[in-house]
Amino acid sequence: MNSDLYLPAANDRNDEPGIIERTVLNEYKYGFVTDIEADEAPKGLDENIIRFISAKKNEPEWMLEWRLKAFRHWLKMEEPTWANVSYTPINYQDIIYYSAPKQKVNPANLDEIDPELRRTFEKLGISLDEQKRLSGVAVDAVVDSVSIGTTFKKQLAELGIIFCSMSEAIREHPELIKKHLGSVVPITDNFFAALNAAVFTDGSFCYIPKGVRSPMELSTYFRINAENTGQFERTLIVAEEGSYVSYLEGCTAPMRDENQLHAAVVELITMDNAEIKYSTVQNWYPGDKEGVGGIYNFVTKRGICKGVNSKISWTQVETGSSITWKYPSVILKGDNSVGEFYSVAVTNNYQQADTGTKMMHLGKNTKSRIVSKGISAGFSNNSYRGLVHVSKGATNARNFSQCDSLLLGDKCGAHTFPYIEVKNNTAMVEHEATTSKIGEDQIFYCNQRGIDNETAVALIINGFAKEVMNQLPMEFAVEAQKLLAISLEGSVG
Amino acid sequence: MLNIRNLHARIDGKNILKGINLEIKAGEVHAIMGPNGSGKSTLASVLAGRKEYEVTEGSVDFLGKDLLDLSPEARAGEGLFLAFQYPIEIPGLSTTNFIKTAVNEVRKYRGENALDAVGFLRLMKEKMAIMNIDQSLLSRSLNEGFSGGEKKRNEIFQMAMLQPRFAILDETDSGLDIDAIRIVANGVNKLRNKDNAVLVVTHYQRLLDYIVPDFVHVLYNGRIVKSGTKELALELEERGYDFIRSENHIGEEVK
Repeated sequence: MNSDLYLPAANDRNDEPGIIERTVLNEYKYGFVTDIEADEAPKGLDENIIRFISAKKNEPEWMLEWRLKAFRHWLKMEEPTWANVSYTPINYQDIIYYSAPKQKVNPANLDEIDPELRRTFEKLGISLDEQKRLSGVAVDAVVDSVSIGTTFKKQLAELGIIFCSMSEAIREHPELIKKHLGSVVPITDNFFAALNAAVFTDGSFCYIPKGVRSPMELSTYFRINAENTGQFERTLIVAEEGSYVSYLEGCTAPMRDENQLHAAVVELITMDNAEIKYSTVQNWYPGDKEGVGGIYNFVTKRGICKGVNSKISWTQVETGSSITWKYPSVILKGDNSVGEFYSVAVTNNYQQADTGTKMMHLGKNTKSRIVSKGISAGFSNNSYRGLVHVSKGATNARNFSQCDSLLLGDKCGAHTFPYIEVKNNTAMVEHEATTSKIGEDQIFYCNQRGIDNETAVALIINGFAKEVMNQLPMEFAVEAQKLLAISLEGSVG
Repeated sequence: MLNIRNLHARIDGKNILKGINLEIKAGEVHAIMGPNGSGKSTLASVLAGRKEYEVTEGSVDFLGKDLLDLSPEARAGEGLFLAFQYPIEIPGLSTTNFIKTAVNEVRKYRGENALDAVGFLRLMKEKMAIMNIDQSLLSRSLNEGFSGGEKKRNEIFQMAMLQPRFAILDETDSGLDIDAIRIVANGVNKLRNKDNAVLVVTHYQRLLDYIVPDFVHVLYNGRIVKSGTKELALELEERGYDFIRSENHIGEEVK
């Protein structure tokens, strides 16, 4: 069921190291630090810190109670060890749980955003200036623990779409938050989800009312800036009957020698005939060539197709983080609902990724599709872990899973852990898996046509990942293709 | 154009080429023939720069440059093209995208501007007409699921797109039926001119009925043992490689 594959080098007959082995330092483009004063909580975690966070955000009492309940539960939980990753234990008392750039939080007017932060986002290629946006993408910009601004709120509000920071949603839309927050990922769900529920500081909230198709992509850009902090954001998207939204998420962090923890929770809810398309380009700082530093990306993402004929589609391009632990899942509750998971996970140097999905078939005629493409280079480890569960009542459930691994070099690992549980004999579950290696012959073929090694590898991996890349919205696709190539820069030639 | 002097090469410690001498001038077509294992494909690979092969002696001058000193992609940039005996598959990468990248990389090497989408399309349409190749083939993943004939035709199409000064056809006829050979050969003939040269590596004479060589060389045990004109190929066809063997049996024993 699980396979550990360490393939020999294709060119070990040569004395000189093969082109795939010659590794040079790769550049992380987003590693700069913004010099801005921050309003921070002291290091460490106890009930006082949680009260501090809640007070900072002017939260109602019920929210504080919710947090404290989660925290008390978290204290009784053990950190999971089943993932195929290894790291020195995290000292949860050595983390700053709240850090906000000193500016007016969530300024009423986007012009009031601190110019330094505005420049930061421009450097990241994200314009917070609505006039400058070429295409219709609304952005919520989150730095460390807080949202610093959300674009196009007014235009979206005219359609009844709510798109704002989670802090604002708790204050302005308490009935929606009370109803949905924690309904897909309960506060007791797992160690990191419980921690997140206790200390989450911001994130985005999207609400698409009945019958509305969002006219633009909604997106959140997460940026970790401050030192010694953890980022704990929470995103909630609710798509009412017959509505549609495409949501994008991007993230980067400065280069630092210390590991920083990012433990997010994302919940998606679709009612009858609704659809959510959720795309992620994850590019947290991956650590250096020797494996020092980088983000621990321990994330719980789950959606529920509550209504009939509803659909949730996850697409992720995972290139960053020193460790990724993440399984965007779909609970297929409504009859005829559809869940999809498209993933490209790239690991280089000493990165570790344990990622995949869970498809829980509860309703009749539910369908799921899993396409996972893992690319490993350097000394990295890349695991696919997935569960397809068909419950008793899920008559005529269908699943198709495809897990492909591509290896660059002979020091990396690719692993597959597919689990299948079927309790209804009308189900059809298919699983296909392949493992391949970028061949010296493929690279030579490209070389002979005038294409150098770096470009050859970019062509080969983009071909390998094409089925997933095709799922990305246009605005993201080109960037993501470049990102794939950059992530593997230096892994050959 | 190309001048090979006393070229020796080996792989895995085994000597394959044992002193090749060959001069090819612009406008000429040369054919290298020989039995299996004589070193034909090794010669093609060494000229293209496959690094599994180690050159132990000799030199190759290509348009005034030391060919052996150049990387494989620089050789392509200088105008050397190899039509592979077994073209490589790259799943998910469209043939068009691959060729566009190749054309522009070679242009970059020569200090020319990259072709834009329109310019590239124009060039492609022009060459597609010459090569009688279908658009649908070019939108498929590179060589993936191609028939033997399609793969070879795709090789010659790439040659047309890259317009090399010197092209090596490595057993381009292997695995093809007579109709496919004719199509591929017609393509090559249309690309011939006074400024370029072609080296045809083949086991059989039949390809040479369609691509008529100016010179034929017989490679045997890592050396060119006989050179002549088109008639030499016919003689080989008639008498087989055995007469070469009997003429050269002494060389074989000495190794």
